[in-house]
Amino acid sequence: MRRRIAGAPCPKEGSLTENILEMRSITKRFPGVVALKDVSLTVGEGEIHAICGENGAGKSTLMKVLSGVEPAGTYEGEIHYRGRPVRFAGVNDSEAEGIVIIHQELALVPHLSIAENIFLGNEQATAGVISWHETNAKAAELLARVGLKEKPVTPVGQLGVGKQQLVEIAKALTKNVSLLILDEPTAALNDDDSAHLLGLIRGLRDEGVTSIIISHKLGEIAAVADATTVIRDGSTIETIDMRVPAEQKHTLVPRIIKGMVGRDIENLYPERHAEIGEEIFRVEDWHVGHPTQAGRTVVDGAALNVRAGEVVGIAGLMGAGRTELAMSLFGRSYGRDISGTAYMHGRPVRLRTVSEAIKAGIAYVSEDRKQYGLNLIQDIRTNVTAASLEKVTHGGWINGNEEIEVAERYRSSLNIKTPTVMAQVGKLSGGNQQKVVLSKWLYTGPDLLILDEPTRGVDVGAKFEIYSIINELAAAGKAIIVISSELPEVMGLSDRIYTLSTGRITGEVAAQDATQEHLMELMTMERE
Amino acid sequence: MLQYSYILILAIGMVLIIVAGHIDLSVGSVVALTGAVAAVVVIGNGMPWWVGVLAALGTGVLVGLWQGFWVAYVGIPAFIVTLAGMLIFRGLTMQVLNNVSLSPFPKEYQYISGGFLNGILGGNGYDAFTLILAAALVVVFAVQQYRGRMAKLKYKQPVEAYPLFWLKNAAVAAVVMAFAWQLAHSRGLPVVLILLAALVLIYGFISQRTIFGRHIYAMGGNLQAAQLSGVKTRRVNMLLFVNMGLLSAVAGIVYSARSNSAQPGAGNMFELDAIAAAFIGGAAVTGGVGKVHGAIIGGLIMAVMSNGMSIMGIDQSTQSVVRGVVLLVAVAFDVWNKKRSQSGA
Repeated sequence: MRRRIAGAPCPKEGSLTENILEMRSITKRFPGVVALKDVSLTVGEGEIHAICGENGAGKSTLMKVLSGVEPAGTYEGEIHYRGRPVRFAGVNDSEAEGIVIIHQELALVPHLSIAENIFLGNEQATAGVISWHETNAKAAELLARVGLKEKPVTPVGQLGVGKQQLVEIAKALTKNVSLLILDEPTAALNDDDSAHLLGLIRGLRDEGVTSIIISHKLGEIAAVADATTVIRDGSTIETIDMRVPAEQKHTLVPRIIKGMVGRDIENLYPERHAEIGEEIFRVEDWHVGHPTQAGRTVVDGAALNVRAGEVVGIAGLMGAGRTELAMSLFGRSYGRDISGTAYMHGRPVRLRTVSEAIKAGIAYVSEDRKQYGLNLIQDIRTNVTAASLEKVTHGGWINGNEEIEVAERYRSSLNIKTPTVMAQVGKLSGGNQQKVVLSKWLYTGPDLLILDEPTRGVDVGAKFEIYSIINELAAAGKAIIVISSELPEVMGLSDRIYTLSTGRITGEVAAQDATQEHLMELMTMERE
Repeated sequence: MLQYSYILILAIGMVLIIVAGHIDLSVGSVVALTGAVAAVVVIGNGMPWWVGVLAALGTGVLVGLWQGFWVAYVGIPAFIVTLAGMLIFRGLTMQVLNNVSLSPFPKEYQYISGGFLNGILGGNGYDAFTLILAAALVVVFAVQQYRGRMAKLKYKQPVEAYPLFWLKNAAVAAVVMAFAWQLAHSRGLPVVLILLAALVLIYGFISQRTIFGRHIYAMGGNLQAAQLSGVKTRRVNMLLFVNMGLLSAVAGIVYSARSNSAQPGAGNMFELDAIAAAFIGGAAVTGGVGKVHGAIIGGLIMAVMSNGMSIMGIDQSTQSVVRGVVLLVAVAFDVWNKKRSQSGA
């Protein structure tokens, strides 16, 4: 491996291209998975370059490699920046070169002022003493540049997400940014804020700042991007030149969608024959407000139903409100100002607390089993009975032997691979942990199971087992809702699919009529 | 050793609080307040001793309701609520006592802490009651063990071999009877020992074998998962603090009975001893882990250390340093142990 002193000019193979960035044959492995396989990305100087792909396709990993979050040496392949090979050991190295990444989760300190946030870690100080005049004056200049009409002394926590996004960009500008990476910048923004942000990015392009945008909103990308690279399953599919004559514009979005989903549904899904019965669950006109940002609607008038023996899929991209919908139904575990009516077996039910929801016969298997599903420091037995302790309690005492028997029953029926149910859950593999969560909820005896990303972080073999369990449960007459951002999974499992986009149900498709292209179109449908 | 009984009583409540992921800094002040209330009722107003006991317990419950309200329903961290409580209840103690000590308590009240059951059933210098009670305990223990074994067999759980099973029971019986023999031929059975044993048994069962107990561990292990499993976390928190108030009152009664007075400065730093006992006994700083009997063992270790150092004539300042170091090492060991097991997973 050649070593090169950072900053030294280098006689280059190839020409003095106008490409600001070339990532060549990047391969990144994590224990057990290959996140990126031989990915290449070329970004021209002064362009807006979009990266598209499904959740988990590898977009964020690629950006982490670029910005040095994944340091040089942990991946294979090379990165050429402004014609020179670079090896970033950390974010500081990439920022020194003018590469700044703005993450989806904004990294601002809510209690500090706009100016303080902008210069955080880069304080305008003489001999360690901060000059507030200079800080605020410079911040005011930057705010004018990004078009944010706020005083520099306003605490960031008082701003909406859109304005916070602008503060992040102002902060990037102080670092003499030449390549700005934005991870889903408009996911949480309303249309006006999105339009302003995209306008700003265009303005920066005219000043010579190159941008990389990761986004699910294909309409926006078609409007703003000069080129789009599509990534699927850790590989580059193609880079599309978006600067086409106006009459060809309409072909761009379908082409991106095809690239994003264009894999075949492998024979990953067990055969099943649905025997669909009576309606079990129905919800009408369900509205959910954001828990902390007053006035922001996360779920907007959702209505859906599930029948006995039926698997209903909910497809939506990140930020569409899938989990928020499910958790708000499950005992108002998310959001506020929730309104709407839920019915079990045709009768309206009150689902104000989790225990009410469990009593009504609803079980919710969370997408994040470590944070919301399991007590990792306890054994399998305790976790399995955690949501239905009263079933093993007689006369006030928990019968430990009965608990073990129950846990053993699920261990063998769901094939949890562990020598004993007294094993600590934190030490099991992802697939086995997921089976423990499933056991917990099956033991509550639900009529409706809501499974949120049931195979996230689960290897392929265990995936098949979990799919089989889902089919068996449906065959036993349960109603099942599967939430997933993986389209093949939704299509392979479901009898019927609802698509969710920006909190609204944008379509309902029978599984046999569904195509990935059609679903993706519905999932990326923006509010008109 | 019995002079540390009030710390052990506090440690029982404290370990449950810590398992749930909280802390209670106010228990020392609550010990003082409940003792003061009992003193005012019994000494000041000449009421019978049991009215004083009830008044103290009632005060403890009120204190628990107050702190539980702020923690569970307002959502203020227990550290802050009980730090405030430490100041509030210390101040109230001084007001209740008008800043003077009250003493002495009537004989019956002192009996709670200093009394011995001796000669109820006679015995020739060897208290028959103590021996019979111990023997009964041994039999009950053996029967319980046997029933547990049978239940395990019924559920096809592995059990130890018969000889080992009887050997274990015989060993327990021997230790208990030897201890009882010692007590029987000295002063008899201390009342406070009965109280302590009863509390350990009851709270051992509550923490391990009731839904309430299980919910405490679930909340400490993963609060969000517990909420999403239908645990009514507010109610559990409320009950926890009411329980802590109640146990603080019991400790307050025992302490005031032992010192035969109620003083404005009573119970100072007790909270720290109780917290230390829980941590030395294996409770995890992050919550979710810890046992009642662990806290008792932790408390006994502290007591033995203090006693031993006092007997050796080591002065208070050095004792304090040693106790601090022991606490630090115990928790550091716990943290280190956890890190090691995580990296091994």
